[in-house]
Amino acid sequence: MFQRLPEACDSASRTSIHFTLDGLPAEGFAGDTVAAALLALGRDTCRQTAVSGSPRGPYCMMGVCFDCLVVIDGVGNRQGCLVPLREGMVVETQAGKREIGR
Amino acid sequence: MTRLEQVSDLQPSYDVVVVGAGPAGMAAATEAAAHGLEVLLVDEAVSPGGQIFRAITQTPLRNREVLGEDYWRGRAAADSLLASGVHYLPGATVWHLDAGLQFGLSVGGRAAAVTARRAVLATGALERPFPVKGWTLPGVMSAGAAQTLLKASGMVPQGRVVLAGTGPLLWLLASQLVAAGHPPTAILDTTPTGNWRHAVRAFPGFLRSPYLAKGLRLLMRVRRAVRVVPGVTELAIEPGASCAAELVFHRGMRPAERMAADHVLLHQGVTPNVNLANAAGCALEWSELQACFRPRSDAWGRSSIEGIAITGDGSRIAGAEIAALRGQLAGLDAACELGRMDAEARDKLAAPIRARIATYDRGREFLDRLYRPSDHFRLPHDEALACRCEEVTGRQLREVAALGVPGPNQMKSMLRCGMGPCQGRLCGLTVVEAVAAARGVSPADVGYYRLRSPVKPITVAEIASMPRKASDEKAVLRV
Repeated sequence: MFQRLPEACDSASRTSIHFTLDGLPAEGFAGDTVAAALLALGRDTCRQTAVSGSPRGPYCMMGVCFDCLVVIDGVGNRQGCLVPLREGMVVETQAGKREIGR
Repeated sequence: MTRLEQVSDLQPSYDVVVVGAGPAGMAAATEAAAHGLEVLLVDEAVSPGGQIFRAITQTPLRNREVLGEDYWRGRAAADSLLASGVHYLPGATVWHLDAGLQFGLSVGGRAAAVTARRAVLATGALERPFPVKGWTLPGVMSAGAAQTLLKASGMVPQGRVVLAGTGPLLWLLASQLVAAGHPPTAILDTTPTGNWRHAVRAFPGFLRSPYLAKGLRLLMRVRRAVRVVPGVTELAIEPGASCAAELVFHRGMRPAERMAADHVLLHQGVTPNVNLANAAGCALEWSELQACFRPRSDAWGRSSIEGIAITGDGSRIAGAEIAALRGQLAGLDAACELGRMDAEARDKLAAPIRARIATYDRGREFLDRLYRPSDHFRLPHDEALACRCEEVTGRQLREVAALGVPGPNQMKSMLRCGMGPCQGRLCGLTVVEAVAAARGVSPADVGYYRLRSPVKPITVAEIASMPRKASDEKAVLRV
């Protein structure tokens, strides 16, 4: 799990962002990407692969590896490491390949 | 700087379109705009800086010691950009570029086409694949990923943290974690011990470069605080019973050693991110010293395609300082080509920039030779996934290569490697080197994946959202 340094979670200077993760309430900070917020919550797995169903989590955090794919606000295959966390976001882990129409 | 929010804010054309807002892209855009050109700077991240100066304008870290002065120097580059006349489009995906200098861009699910008179690609570097068994397990990530989390969100990995691999970034991250008060548990150093023999001839240049003082400070700080295990020759990562991962490693002929870890951070150097240049049709060349493909480019960064320049680490790995200076050269050359100055004026302005490049450049060869990862760690292990997306193992690659598959593009047809969402970014070099090794030839003879746009996945809906003229519809509608 990743831990925020004290100066990085000073609530006076940083804005909390509320979102849901697989239906449960969760919290991160402004400036986090979705993938970073998940890692801070101890979620190192964010999807199962389309080929074998094995668990994966963010590997590169810079938009290259596509292992941080999640469903965001109903849209699948979003790169969690590139999407900034927003208030009220609905984030779901992605099981296998993107569903048609999502 | 004008910040654009969506593709509808874009003009149909610009004098110069720069892709990537790292050191090279920021410098190229700022320089070109300073000569009165209309410049669009497109970037995937939400704030400028690229990876090396990631989140430089918005990092939550205040203690400058943690990331070090080399990071904070990025602030001046970002400030120059903010003060310039550049049009800046953050959070954007560039999924197309062709020889007609037409770009395809997307922001938030909406796409648009933009035409440039000159294109400058400053797509930077990505970390070299590290295809050992278990590198796909949750809890295993690249050193660069951990550094991004530190810069952008002020986060450090907790528990037993093991860094493994080779290269300056591995040591830099270790020193930053030490400075943050969270030293890693251990560093498994895979730098081949024989590299010193090859590096020593480049040592005089290194001695006279700014890298010497920096490097020594870094190594001393890390070695004082962290257990370093040198000479690691074999590495595999297994799922742990009570931890995320268990590292199994060998040092030469010694028996296997095991180490439990909550986080494994891998790194073995960086290579140019060539996907956009490759898809645009720019010629690539193999660098044996840096063990990677890079776009062919001249002293101004001009590629094999008229009007497309490639600069920074995206064209040759040389570090942030040189990237910014070369970005500036690309900006100057664009200004010259578009009639804002003559070649003589351009050369005069370029001379002091080239002199500064030379002071850094003389230290590079030593670093390249010293930290060149071993063949053993560049070639995929039998049980490692060479292609993470399509889950193709090293063994499969070798078996199929033995059938006489000549190159990576044929390998795609056989095994689907390189056909997943990452489009070969994390398997390209591995597949090329595995085929080359099987054939007993150089990667230069094998060649790289032939990539095509879109270079990042986009939906049909995004393409359908593009503005179209009556003539476009007429072209596809049956009367």
